[in-house]
Formats: sequence, structure tokens, C-alpha cells
Amino acid sequence: MIKRDGGIAVNLVSRQKLEQLSSPERLRFILDEVRNGKILVLEQGLTSIEQATLIEQTMKEIEQDTFIGIEMNGYGEDKPSFIQKILGVMKKPRMTVIGPADLLKTISKDNHIIQTMIIAGKGAK
Amino acid sequence: MGLFGKGSFASIIQRIFGKKHARIGIYGPPNVGKTTLANRILRDWTGDIMGSVSEIPHETRRAKWKRNVKVENGHSSLMMDIVDTPGIATKVDYKEFMNTFGLSRDEAKQRAKEATEGVIESIRWLEDIDGVVLVMDATQDPFTQVNVTILGNLEARNLPVLIAANKIDAEDASPATLKSAFPQHPVVPISALTGYNAENLYSTMVTHFSKRRKKRR
Repeated sequence: MIKRDGGIAVNLVSRQKLEQLSSPERLRFILDEVRNGKILVLEQGLTSIEQATLIEQTMKEIEQDTFIGIEMNGYGEDKPSFIQKILGVMKKPRMTVIGPADLLKTISKDNHIIQTMIIAGKGAK
Repeated sequence: MGLFGKGSFASIIQRIFGKKHARIGIYGPPNVGKTTLANRILRDWTGDIMGSVSEIPHETRRAKWKRNVKVENGHSSLMMDIVDTPGIATKVDYKEFMNTFGLSRDEAKQRAKEATEGVIESIRWLEDIDGVVLVMDATQDPFTQVNVTILGNLEARNLPVLIAANKIDAEDASPATLKSAFPQHPVVPISALTGYNAENLYSTMVTHFSKRRKKRR
């Protein structure tokens, strides 16, 4: 990651923005933003299948001195109720935070709070 | 010898309704003891070993497998192909290998490059397995994104998963935390290093992975 003076960009991305994109477009958007040194807070997270695909894509794009990977944490889908299962209602994954691994570190996570830290001395493009 | 000849009622039921052969992947983050567990299983049932282990993360960088490992639990058995997969991670930093483990820059870069390829291979293997032993470090926080992602994937594919809460020989191990964190899956506390509770793991593997279920791709 290149150190910048301009501060760190933390972008909150709306559910509407993410829903407008197809799954591959969504992953491309996220990875491009993170590779540019931005931290994203997604209003609606990724499915576990998408997360695995994102990890796979990340591994393909690692550049040893500039991009070492991602830090990602979020809340999965709520379990659908019995009635929702019958009606075929699919629950969506909830909020997720994703950033460059050399910039963002997860401190703790419980059912209500994901605590992260931005690593000092780094900055976004 | 009973009415049906050799074997117990349970083994007859298994022959009729259960699986006889399953490909089982050993999954988890780096350094939780996947290869140590694979070695334990093979040593106990075939006398062989799967691969080398190391305290340096990403020691296993290519998937390895052993076919036709017959595991028994007293009254029934299951033939398994055991696949030992590279650790799944969201980041690989070669500097960690240099600064923490003393590898040279070239060694560290090579290891990092191979580790990224290993992660990709592990994820792709998910398409070709029938069940997973997800190894977690019982001394660590279980809610890592890698654990959550792997579990979510397996649940989405309707694949059976058994959680091996490894390293319970360590002083600060807390297998109860893992059990309460993932109540929807069987959790077996184990020390792959010493073999403690391995019999319980094998018994659970046979019963859990013998069940027939429809895979989703």
C-alpha cells in the first residue's frame, strides 16, 4: 500500500447500489475499490458463495509489494422463519466491512458489533 | 451370528440406506492443524502419513489426498478419500514469513506465491467433495471470516460438516466456545497432535458422513 497524505477513504455503499450490479460486477467493484486503498462498509453483504469467489479473485490479484489481500468481516444471512421458508423468502446477508489487509484490521466481532482498526501510517489513494 | 449373517443391525441399515464411499475434505485457516489431523487419520487407519507439518503458516500449499481410507466405528464403517487442503486465508503477506519466521526474501516470496495458489485450489475442491472436516483452533476466536465463509459455503451446498476443535491439549483451549458458537454442526474436541479423543472423531465421521443427502452445486 502506498502511503498518502490525503487521509483514508471509508465509503458506505448502499444496498441499492449493490443490487444494481450483477454478482460478478459487485465483486469487481469491491475489489477495485479495495485495491485502490478504500475501506467499504456494505449495507448489504455478500453471500458465502460470493465471499469465496472474492477470496479466490483476491488471491489471483495479490501483488506482493502493493496488495497483500483483503480484510473482511460481516454478518451472514438471518435464518428464515418456517413461514418464510414455505413462501420461499430468501434472507439477504447483512452489513459487511471490507478493506485492504494492510490497512484494516478486525479487533473483535460479536452478534452486535464488529470492531475494526485502521492501521496507523497507511492511507488511501 | 444372527439372522442376517455377519454384522450388526446398524451395519445392515448402513448397507441399505447409507453411503459406502465419501470424499472428505479437511478444511480450515492456515496453522490450525489440518495436516496434523490428516496424518493422524492416515497413521491410525493406513499406517501412512499425508505430509509435513510446520509452525510456519501455509506449509501445505497443494492439496494432497489419500484414497480408500477405511474408517470404522465398531459397528459400521465408511471408505473415505481424505483430501488435505491448503489453508484458506484472505491475505498472504510474504513479509510475515520473513519477519516472524526468518525466511529469506526469495523463500518468503516463493512461499507466498504458492500459498495464494493453494487457497484457490482449496476453494475449487469444494466442488468435488462430499463432506468436510472443518478444523478450528480451540485456542482462537471461532468467528473468523474464513470459518464463517467456509461454513456458509458448505451449508449453501448442503454438504455435511463436522467441526474438529483442535489443539485441546493447549492450556488456553476452549472447545466449549466452539460448541456454543456452531450449535447446528457436530463439534468434536480433539488433539490431532496427541490423538486425544480421536476415536470419538472417527465414530462421528462414520455416522455423519454416511448419511445420504442431496448436494447442491
